[in-house]
Amino acid sequence: MAAISVRQLGKQFRLGLKMHNTLRDQLAALLRRDRKSSSETFWALRELSFEIGPGEVVGIIGRNGAGKSTLLKVLSQITEPTEGEVRILGRVASLLEVGTGFHPELSGRENVFLNGAILGMSRIEIRAKFDEIVAFAEVEKFIDTPVKHYSSGMYVRLAFAVAAHLEPEILIVDEVLAVGDAAFQKRCMNKMSEVGRQGRTILFVSHNMGAVEALCSRAILLQNGRLEKDGSVAEVVDAYLGHASADEDLLQNQDSRPGNGKARFYSVHYQDHAGTKVQSVRCGDAVEIVVQYRVAVPLQSPVLRMTLYSSRGVAVANLDTEASAISVAASGDVRLSCRIDCLNVAVGHYSLNVGMADFSGLIDHAIQIAPLVVESSNYLGTGKLPSADAGMIVFRPSWNVEAR
Amino acid sequence: MPVDLPERVLRPHRGLVSLNLPELWRYRELFGFLAWRDILVRYKQTYLGVAWAVLQPVLTMVVLTIVFGRFAKLPSDGAPYAILVLSALLPWQFFSNALSESSNSLVASGRMISKVYFPRLIIPASSVLSGVIDALVALAILLVMMPFYKTGFRPQLLLLPVFFSLAFLAAFAAGIWFSALNVKYRDVKYVVPFITRVGMYVTPVGYAWRGVVPEPWQFWFSLNPLVGVIDGFRWCVLGPQFEPYWPGFWASTAVMLVLAITGLLYFRATERSFADVV
Repeated sequence: MAAISVRQLGKQFRLGLKMHNTLRDQLAALLRRDRKSSSETFWALRELSFEIGPGEVVGIIGRNGAGKSTLLKVLSQITEPTEGEVRILGRVASLLEVGTGFHPELSGRENVFLNGAILGMSRIEIRAKFDEIVAFAEVEKFIDTPVKHYSSGMYVRLAFAVAAHLEPEILIVDEVLAVGDAAFQKRCMNKMSEVGRQGRTILFVSHNMGAVEALCSRAILLQNGRLEKDGSVAEVVDAYLGHASADEDLLQNQDSRPGNGKARFYSVHYQDHAGTKVQSVRCGDAVEIVVQYRVAVPLQSPVLRMTLYSSRGVAVANLDTEASAISVAASGDVRLSCRIDCLNVAVGHYSLNVGMADFSGLIDHAIQIAPLVVESSNYLGTGKLPSADAGMIVFRPSWNVEAR
Repeated sequence: MPVDLPERVLRPHRGLVSLNLPELWRYRELFGFLAWRDILVRYKQTYLGVAWAVLQPVLTMVVLTIVFGRFAKLPSDGAPYAILVLSALLPWQFFSNALSESSNSLVASGRMISKVYFPRLIIPASSVLSGVIDALVALAILLVMMPFYKTGFRPQLLLLPVFFSLAFLAAFAAGIWFSALNVKYRDVKYVVPFITRVGMYVTPVGYAWRGVVPEPWQFWFSLNPLVGVIDGFRWCVLGPQFEPYWPGFWASTAVMLVLAITGLLYFRATERSFADVV
């Protein structure tokens, strides 16, 4: 029997155009007999069906707004489905955030008990694992200090340590590994894969394809709330990385992106030296990133920032108009391009985060868009390139060898 | 894999939902933990800490005694005015604090609600529960002061928990209503302070109401659940002249039960959308 079985699941949200957010408005509306809700709705999930067997470790992937978080919230019983049903066999623990319910005024010890209880552990269970939790988090010395005095690293370690010691049959994990330092992330990954080997069912959401590939055997790709692909992790990650054109997504999820929307990106793509649109370049080639956005409300000295990410979620380079002292057009329909003469990064898959902000705050932020494949080339003049596993940047070194 | 794993079915619900008492029982520890957290945080965050729990009722008592007892010279039916006021302050302050805390509790726990599942009823209920500590402190003050005012300990004092439970029920009923409404309608946070402020006047905290409220108004006056509770407290502490006005008492208890039951139904019916709205 399946540990999780999802049948024809749908979740509809009302885009709160005409929600009466105050009693006063509601009463006024009642008096006007204006009870028609003219709000728009959209389906965050639709006609989703899949089954997950006991002990399977499954990655849920997809772009922002694809419905991953909504799916996790429905499975965690935080929000109710609009249609369809889910059957879950076994105790579920969900980790949509680390440190839920942590209170800054309370000591580490008090927070461990509180957080453990919130995550569904009994007092006896927490007491039994307390020393182990504190040791895992490496905060023994500070366990009776209020957590407001913790460094952010200590805070995250303690919070994750509590979660890592849950023993449910089914574990649902959202992008919580994106926090903390690299060494601790690695320990978390090890702890999680340990959990997987104990025959526990795990659902894991991440943008970090490296982590998904390392932990999961199977993956499910969501797009616009529907199941796009379900299969072996290698197959599904490939489908995700090579997925459609970014422009299409950029146009579709404009409303669900963060930012105040005074301007919205509608196209981000790459061009080669000849001005042809490309999705792959060779290591060491020139490439031009073209960003187009439309301004609805005039901006005040906006700043545009792009970060190139590897498929393993590592930030490779940052392109920042402020750092380059470039002023960005603040009104109209804008085409901005950024030329990199020599893209000397390792062979592999990349994507961009593109964000814009001004004095009024964040304007738009598009995450994980514009996939780019960097292919092998004769950059070093030898026909060989260093292994992509060992580093992100390919230098053209000058060697000098002297035998004495 | 063990055979006796619990199965959970998640599907859309329409209309009324049952209370699901077994589930509430399973989460009893969390209920206690949240109340414990509220208490710890309250005493850690204020500089005066526990002293505040003592000062608040004592200072209010002093002011009310001087204003109503000395200046306005309201009748006290033979009781020491300070004790008359303090025995009413105890349930009133518990009620008004518990009401403001619990009506704000769901919104304040918005992050938790959108990240973890547990029966949401625990949140307003635990914030009402956390107010009990302050009430116990006030009770200690009352018991210490009584001998000074030559008020003997009467056996009826043992009935105090009964009347206190009614104050608890009133705070809980109003708390679940307002906390659930507060999620959806954010102006509730202005309504609650208004209620507690005005409530202070229509509730006989600073005076003995029998000699003040005209006869034809008395039944309506006593529909306020806190009137019965305060009468009960004074009856237990001070003597038979404060015996509750029973018709009003039973009527207000019935009103409270209706409020509590409809509040539970409303809460259960709306809680599934809390995470979408908070």
